[in-house]
Amino acid sequence: MTKISENALWMSGNEAIALGAVEAGVKVASGYPGTPSTEIMENLSTYEGVYTEWAPNEKVGLEVAIGASYAGGRALATMKHVGVNVAADPLFTAAYTGVCGGLVLVTADDPEMHSSQNEQDNRNYAFAAKLPMLEPSDPAEAKEMLKAAYDLSEDLDTPVMLRITTRVSHVKGVVQKGEMVTGNPACGINKVPQKMVMLPAIARGRRVYVEERMNKCKELAETIELNRIEEGDTKRGFITSGVSYLYVKEAFPEAAVLKLGMCWPLPEKKIREFAEMVDELFVVEELDPFLENHIKSMGIECIGKERIPNQGELNTAIVRESIEQEQREDLFTPVQLPMRPPNMCAGCPHRGIFFNLSKLNVFISGDIGCYTLGFLPPLSAMDSCVCMGASVTVAHGMVKALGEGSHDKVVSVIGDSTFMHSGVTGLINSVYNESAATTIILDNRITAMTGQQNNPTSGHSIKGEAAHEIDLEGLCRSIGVKHIFVVNPHEVPETKKALKEAIALDEPSVVISKAPCVLLPEMKERKPVSYFTHQENCVGCMACIRLGCPAISWTAFAEGEAEAKGFRPKQKGVSKIDEILCNDCGQCASLCKFDAITRKEEK
Amino acid sequence: MEATGNILFSGVGGQGILLASEITALGLLAAGFDVKKSEVHGMAQRGGSVTAQLRYGQKVYSPLIEPGCADIQVAFEMMEAVRYLPYLHKGSKVVVNTQHILPPAVATGQAKYPDNVLDELVSREIEVVRVDAFDIAREVGEVRTANIVMVGAMAAFMPVDGAIFEEAIQTRVPERFREVNIQAYRAGRALRS
Repeated sequence: MTKISENALWMSGNEAIALGAVEAGVKVASGYPGTPSTEIMENLSTYEGVYTEWAPNEKVGLEVAIGASYAGGRALATMKHVGVNVAADPLFTAAYTGVCGGLVLVTADDPEMHSSQNEQDNRNYAFAAKLPMLEPSDPAEAKEMLKAAYDLSEDLDTPVMLRITTRVSHVKGVVQKGEMVTGNPACGINKVPQKMVMLPAIARGRRVYVEERMNKCKELAETIELNRIEEGDTKRGFITSGVSYLYVKEAFPEAAVLKLGMCWPLPEKKIREFAEMVDELFVVEELDPFLENHIKSMGIECIGKERIPNQGELNTAIVRESIEQEQREDLFTPVQLPMRPPNMCAGCPHRGIFFNLSKLNVFISGDIGCYTLGFLPPLSAMDSCVCMGASVTVAHGMVKALGEGSHDKVVSVIGDSTFMHSGVTGLINSVYNESAATTIILDNRITAMTGQQNNPTSGHSIKGEAAHEIDLEGLCRSIGVKHIFVVNPHEVPETKKALKEAIALDEPSVVISKAPCVLLPEMKERKPVSYFTHQENCVGCMACIRLGCPAISWTAFAEGEAEAKGFRPKQKGVSKIDEILCNDCGQCASLCKFDAITRKEEK
Repeated sequence: MEATGNILFSGVGGQGILLASEITALGLLAAGFDVKKSEVHGMAQRGGSVTAQLRYGQKVYSPLIEPGCADIQVAFEMMEAVRYLPYLHKGSKVVVNTQHILPPAVATGQAKYPDNVLDELVSREIEVVRVDAFDIAREVGEVRTANIVMVGAMAAFMPVDGAIFEEAIQTRVPERFREVNIQAYRAGRALRS
């Protein structure tokens, strides 16, 4: 966030939502990191006067927010789209209980799957859970809509969902500072069992209320300022919401537009009025035909997904070309280049584990985190990846299906934060139901992929203050794991021994790989020490190259070059360590059998 | 200003692309433009190919540049100058840092870094401005300012007073690094005078 004038700020959508929460007087906020939602909580934690925390998972986060709301405080829960699947259980019933203090769940969807395992459209949750949903187009709207969501939540006694996408979260724009909301009621205990105790008899009563409330919300949708008709050329009219609105405005600047800031429930009368105004009606939305299907079910003719793609992000060109049904033909086509996929960092502790796993003949059940990159060549050491926590349970299921003698065929790999999120319940199942799979916990002391967030195993709170640190070894022991190996993954051969021993066991075993992420501030601030190659000793065996470390590169010899330089005549090349990129892990040195890699003395 | 200006930043995660695009955005805001900038975080970083898209004008709606519409590309690595070719058009200007960073397949000997890769741009009538940003930054006294050298080199093509980017550096860069970043910016800008 940067101040650009007295009241104007340059900030991302996520920063704007954090500021909106402060302006709305939010009292408690809880969430689990997940791209593209993470920076909301990170930013909010820097403000005074609002309690913030990282929860171990999204269900916990939403339940904490529900509790804060029941106590009368304005509450916020943030998560990425797939996180809402985890939080869906409390969400669907909170829709019945309603709120005391305003309650907003921010869902950050990721069309195009920039950093996600699926592309689900969480507008469907608003329909399924019977909740209002607001959908901003840019950072400035995101802040205003969050504040509007709190008023709506309290006025209608309902949780409200705010749906953003990557191109709102991670877009920066100009945002105006607003007034701080004052006069939110004080918190207190208020027992209202008819509203808060969802036993069947009471829930049946609330079920009726939910329908009444959504009818009221539909009426409100007709007049709320967030839904507006922008007059223009009526030959073509566009109904749109979220970031798609921006593409419509650029592709068809003259056209009439109905912008739906509230994408559920829909203002049927307003939609009819708009449809009658225009000759041809288009619905432009990313992913599912959500608006389109509901508009069609009103008996209104419109054109939607028969032209607009239902996969991936949209942009101005896609919108223009699919409506006009004409493609630009003057574009340059891409040139074939070597790919540059993301890679584990130089010095990443995960590399030592995956290097070893790539040599063992096992099925590797993976999970969600930086370590999913273990899938990529040259390590190519991951065979499945479904969702948070699934590594442990998928491995257990495979072993049960494979039956007797399969105890050494399947391992799971899971990070510390993911293990806390939903891996531990799977491990409890493995022990209870006598699994023989090996669980490898990659404890790098942080939630790394989303950009270094603390978690219950890292010993620090969201604000970086000291917090209780869960002892992973003690936890595993307490749930009944008898065989636990703690390894330093940078000692590659030693780690291999431990892995082989654990995998050979016919009982549940856990290997805890313990070494900090190299991106942690304390690791970055170390004195720079690096490894270097004595190229004269290098025999070109490529053992270090096969680690796939970004700091190690291979120089191939031209014909006759090896001999001319004094190497074995058939040697194909030599490896070299870039001392600036090297992060001092020593995995390569632990693999080199020819004394060609040495650690530099402290500079 | 009628049309919206489009600047594409490309490079490799960790090269300081986000800061460079941020300085550019703040400069353009100070010059009175509406600005939007789009980035991608998470999996897209970690040494992978990274872009930031910046758009400026009287009123900017979309945060994304349309294919064939980038007027300027600031590329922090040679191959990354060519990867986003469909965003460029004849006459686009590509300010490119002449550094090579080997992608994994090249570093492990599985693929070859293409020779004369910038010819792909020149042959399509794209204007290429080569900048030895790494060497210039080293001369300035801090190799990590190569990204700001690139901002300076880009600024020479912008329809605004170059001093606004210096002010943006003052605003955005921590005090102890300000002076060296201003020097880096000026050295980049001086390449075209």
